[in-house]
Amino acid sequence: MRATSSRLEKALKADGDLKLVVYMMAGHPNRKKSVEIAKRLAASGVAALEIGVPHSDPLADGPVIQKAGQTALDHGMTVDACLGLASEVSGVGAPVVLMSYVNPILAHDPRRFAADAAQAGVAGVIVPDMPIEEAEPVASWLRSASLDTIFMVAPTTAPNRIGAICERSSGFVYCVTLTGITGVRKELPAGLKDLVGSVRERTELPVAAGFGISRVEHMKSLRGVADAAVVGSAVVADIDAGKDPLLLVKELLKACR
Amino acid sequence: MSHPVRGRFGPFGGQYVPETLMGALEELEGLWHEAKADPQFQLELAGHRHAFVGRPTPLYAATRLGEHFGGAHIHLKREDLCHTGAHKLNNALGQALLALRMGKKRLIAETGAGQHGVAVATVAARFGLECTVYMGTEDMRRQSMNVRRMKLLNTEVREVTNGTRTLKDATSEAIRDWVTNVGTTHYIIGSVVGPHPYPELVRDLQRVIGDEAREQYLQADGKLPDAVIACVGGGSNAIGMFTAFLEDRDVTLIGVEAGGSGVKSGKHAASLVGGRPGVLHGTYSYLLQDGDGQITPTHSVSAGLDYPGVGPEHAFLRDTERVEYVAVTDKDAVAAFKLCTRLEGIMPALEPSHALHHAGVLARQFGPGGRILLCLSGRGDKDMDSVESYE
Ligand SMILES: Cc1ncc(COP(=O)(O)O)c(C=O)c1O
Repeated sequence: MRATSSRLEKALKADGDLKLVVYMMAGHPNRKKSVEIAKRLAASGVAALEIGVPHSDPLADGPVIQKAGQTALDHGMTVDACLGLASEVSGVGAPVVLMSYVNPILAHDPRRFAADAAQAGVAGVIVPDMPIEEAEPVASWLRSASLDTIFMVAPTTAPNRIGAICERSSGFVYCVTLTGITGVRKELPAGLKDLVGSVRERTELPVAAGFGISRVEHMKSLRGVADAAVVGSAVVADIDAGKDPLLLVKELLKACR
Repeated sequence: MSHPVRGRFGPFGGQYVPETLMGALEELEGLWHEAKADPQFQLELAGHRHAFVGRPTPLYAATRLGEHFGGAHIHLKREDLCHTGAHKLNNALGQALLALRMGKKRLIAETGAGQHGVAVATVAARFGLECTVYMGTEDMRRQSMNVRRMKLLNTEVREVTNGTRTLKDATSEAIRDWVTNVGTTHYIIGSVVGPHPYPELVRDLQRVIGDEAREQYLQADGKLPDAVIACVGGGSNAIGMFTAFLEDRDVTLIGVEAGGSGVKSGKHAASLVGGRPGVLHGTYSYLLQDGDGQITPTHSVSAGLDYPGVGPEHAFLRDTERVEYVAVTDKDAVAAFKLCTRLEGIMPALEPSHALHHAGVLARQFGPGGRILLCLSGRGDKDMDSVESYE
């Protein structure tokens, strides 16, 4: 069906190794530092870098990412500034994925958002409060700007929806590991393997697992299960604490192999 | 006109929620359509409405207010006489029965004024369900009496210290709880907001207000009122009142929003009068936001109206011009609270006091023959501190 595979598709497909995707918040801990951090993360060997667009009401996020977003907003971070950050980072190494709630995209105008993101070299967009039923017109504008739109599958997604979500996704499919919001968890849920398996049955796209993943053991347990693991809150918490997030990223990368 | 197509009222509504909730919303929608058509469920609901809520609530002729405003006839639909003191129980009761039908043992809710929280805590006690209510610390301060009521009803009140510490952030926290505990928990949203099917479900449960009032009014006066007025926070008492009158084209419908310090001042909560369409808490409707789609802080003396969004059906009724929306300031609402208390011996909540002020404006326009019906959505004991400390 798809003539060529996208940058994200190539970057995230496991080739024996598990791939690592890391998430950071644009403008956190402040604008200048977040550019530095983003560049270093993009060059660190991760398969893709997710950059969060801060929102005042992030419904799918736990306290760590909520706080990072609020800090970014307090520092005057805007959608335009996020796109500016993306353009500074997109040439460095790993492809850039923007993660934005739907309202900032609507306020920016979806058509202009898609064009600006493409111009900035962004590879794809994830909208955590935009299920497939509400994807238009945002998804069409993203598609016409040659950007991937990544939809999510959750543990509560009925089997008959999984196919439809895979069908609408491009780049990769995001498998939400747990029933809940973002944030570090001790253990990954037992049903994760089955969930990823049932997504795999329905798509050739890479499958990335995300939410709750933070430790070397988690990475090991995902090897041979998912194509990629997304680590968010653990990285953001390190950035928030003034620690170098690359220490954790290097450790996690080692566990991929 | 009021039946949403795939969860929409014109362009408004929808289900902008994390994928995790889509299954639960579908289940809720299916279950509600089933329950609505089930005579057994309707019978049970009617029984509880009568014996537990105290329905039908009376229609009251506020003659002294009418005289004061120049001779118009003003009728109040007395939702303040519902058990627990506001219309909120109509919704909480119906949704608790749905939770029982779904086999869910835990209820969660958000609350601003505390009236919805108290209503949910009350039905949780009545039906033996576990209950957690999210409330902003700013609202816990200004509506402390309702916090105490909820605690006595054995509900856990969780403080919300994020953002504006009011209804918006309490709603976000309740939704996060639901995302996490969706398998065991039913979320009773407090107004006609949130993702589909909530705006429709809450309207169906609140329309009893207008259905009763229309019949009572016809019986008392032989014809329909010239105007029907209600306050609009999320918009549940207003939709509850308006639904019965939507097809009565000669009846003017007016929704009154919280004007705070004045819409021009920027310190208000009038999303329909001063906002633009966008997505908040899972629905596409008018809301108060900046140019970047970030939700802006609101202000109102009344905690129950202090919300930056509004139900999607109101957005549709605004754009189709079936309902007119206006804003009334804190100052005028507090004055109307005092006036109604002194002239009628009825202490209204601050929320419907906004509508009471506008009833006065309208009554003066209409003159002595004017006929106005107003939804007195709740009683004002909870607001005594706010009114006394208002300067
Ligand atoms: C008495 C009363 N009226 C009105 C409202 C506003 O809600 P809605 O617009 O959904 O009726 C509240 C909310 O707390 C309330 O307590």
